[in-house]
Amino acid sequence: MSANQVALWYLVASICFILALKGLSHPSTARRGNLLGIVGMAIAVVVTLALVYSNTKNVAMILVAIAVGGTVGAVIARRVQMTQMPELVAAFHSLVGMAAVLIAIAAVNNPAAFGLPVPLPTGNMLELFLGTFIGAITFSGSVIAFGKLSGRIRSAPVVFPGQHWLNLALGIAMIGFGIWFFLGGGWMPFVVMTALAFLLGVLIIIPIGGADMPVVISMLNSYSGWAAAGIGFSLNNPMLIIAGSLVGSSGAILSYIMCKAMNRAFISVILGGFGGEVAVAGADEGKKTVKSGSADDAAFIMGNAETVIIVPGYGLAVARAQHAVKEMAEKLREKGVSVKYAIHPVAGRMPGHMNVLLAEAEVPYDQVFEMEDINGEFGSADVALILGANDVVNPLAEQKGSAIYGMPILEAYKAKTVIVNKRSMASGYAGLDNPLFYMDKTMMVFGDAKKTVEDLVKAID
Amino acid sequence: MAEGVDPHVFYLIVFVLAIFVGYHVVWSVTPALHTPLMSVTNAISAIILVGAMLAAGPQLMDWGGWVGVVAVALAAVNAFGGFLVTQRMLEMFRKKEPKAGATEKH
Repeated sequence: MSANQVALWYLVASICFILALKGLSHPSTARRGNLLGIVGMAIAVVVTLALVYSNTKNVAMILVAIAVGGTVGAVIARRVQMTQMPELVAAFHSLVGMAAVLIAIAAVNNPAAFGLPVPLPTGNMLELFLGTFIGAITFSGSVIAFGKLSGRIRSAPVVFPGQHWLNLALGIAMIGFGIWFFLGGGWMPFVVMTALAFLLGVLIIIPIGGADMPVVISMLNSYSGWAAAGIGFSLNNPMLIIAGSLVGSSGAILSYIMCKAMNRAFISVILGGFGGEVAVAGADEGKKTVKSGSADDAAFIMGNAETVIIVPGYGLAVARAQHAVKEMAEKLREKGVSVKYAIHPVAGRMPGHMNVLLAEAEVPYDQVFEMEDINGEFGSADVALILGANDVVNPLAEQKGSAIYGMPILEAYKAKTVIVNKRSMASGYAGLDNPLFYMDKTMMVFGDAKKTVEDLVKAID
Repeated sequence: MAEGVDPHVFYLIVFVLAIFVGYHVVWSVTPALHTPLMSVTNAISAIILVGAMLAAGPQLMDWGGWVGVVAVALAAVNAFGGFLVTQRMLEMFRKKEPKAGATEKH
């Protein structure tokens, strides 16, 4: 197969990938999009296999490796639970990062295998250096993110004095060794640079707390794309460059969207040290009173309502109460109550996570609304039922001078009655008190989300 | 390609244009599908498989070739796992279908 033929097939595969992303603009076209993505990947793999075969006939081990890796991947994809999606994605990012590093090592060892001139031209060395360190940071950073998300390591931020200076020094050293390699230093600077990059990946992610994970996981998504693009440059391979850039820009956009939804500057998330549970002693604590009620009271109010908007938060997902919520909504619907779900962009541990969890509980997607689409409806809703959410419904966000001023919120406080389920009066991740809980029209139902919703299901009839 | 243009400049052009395409296509993705977006882009980044295959099939199979074989296996986990889990997720996003036998109360 000629180089031109290969390049044209890569173009076809690239278009498949673009259409795969485009399909995600609506749930009805998304499945077709994903199939196109699979077609694109199949084309790229088959064409490359043909290329390698026509050059060296040495494809046996490639086929074995694809079969083994593919089987493992397929089994994981089948077994994983939807609540575990964030850690699965983190784990997969680490594989891309590691593969990038391994390819770079192979390229330094034997450039001829990639059809590159020997010795490597300086331009390719520079790109190899970029692809390798981004890949290495992606790998170790994703491993830490995976550990935090899956609870294998503590998700609280790890901070120590001089942390930023250490990272800066390591970063400069890494680039220094990279330049040495680029100038023809050979293996030693390459290995040191890669080791420093692995270390840096760990150090960048450990100070970032659990609540900032949606940003971290989007950022690593972006990095994995840039790593692929960097390797593409060093191997003169347009397929890797195009697919890598698509992924890189997608991850960057998601990081931006997550930061905006959390009212955080991207740079402060990356520098880390935030996102842990912040305990703030409220000066006026004890003065305000909350009205609390039982599940029966809440069920009575909702049963007599015309419209109920459910605001599910991460607390709901932790308690794995999605199925119970769906059951409750069905019961209300049978009574003629209109039920909708309102989703804040950061309701979950990765972008769009809550939508997947509700979809898994077989909540039809046309009952689930994004923040911009439903905010206008709270004013006419009889009940806003808030389950395990706090900051995303905090009206302080609309008050100048408050710590979360400017953060977009779901305007649940506009509903005629607000029912809030929480485990306790503890403040949310922003460490702020929530005036919504003290409103006259608000009723607090304390308890575990799953238990409370199950009680609600029983009480509605 | 015009005479004298370095191939790296040519790749840079491809790179910048691809970022533009990615930027515009991704903004059109509905927020409800951001998790599938992330898992499908993750699967697409397994395109690094292409580079890994070149590494794994050299004329002379030295240790570098075996490093390439490991890279192929890792990227293959990602490619298969990424697309299949995305498919599984998207299967869940269905419109409400009228339940057979359920009585409409209103």
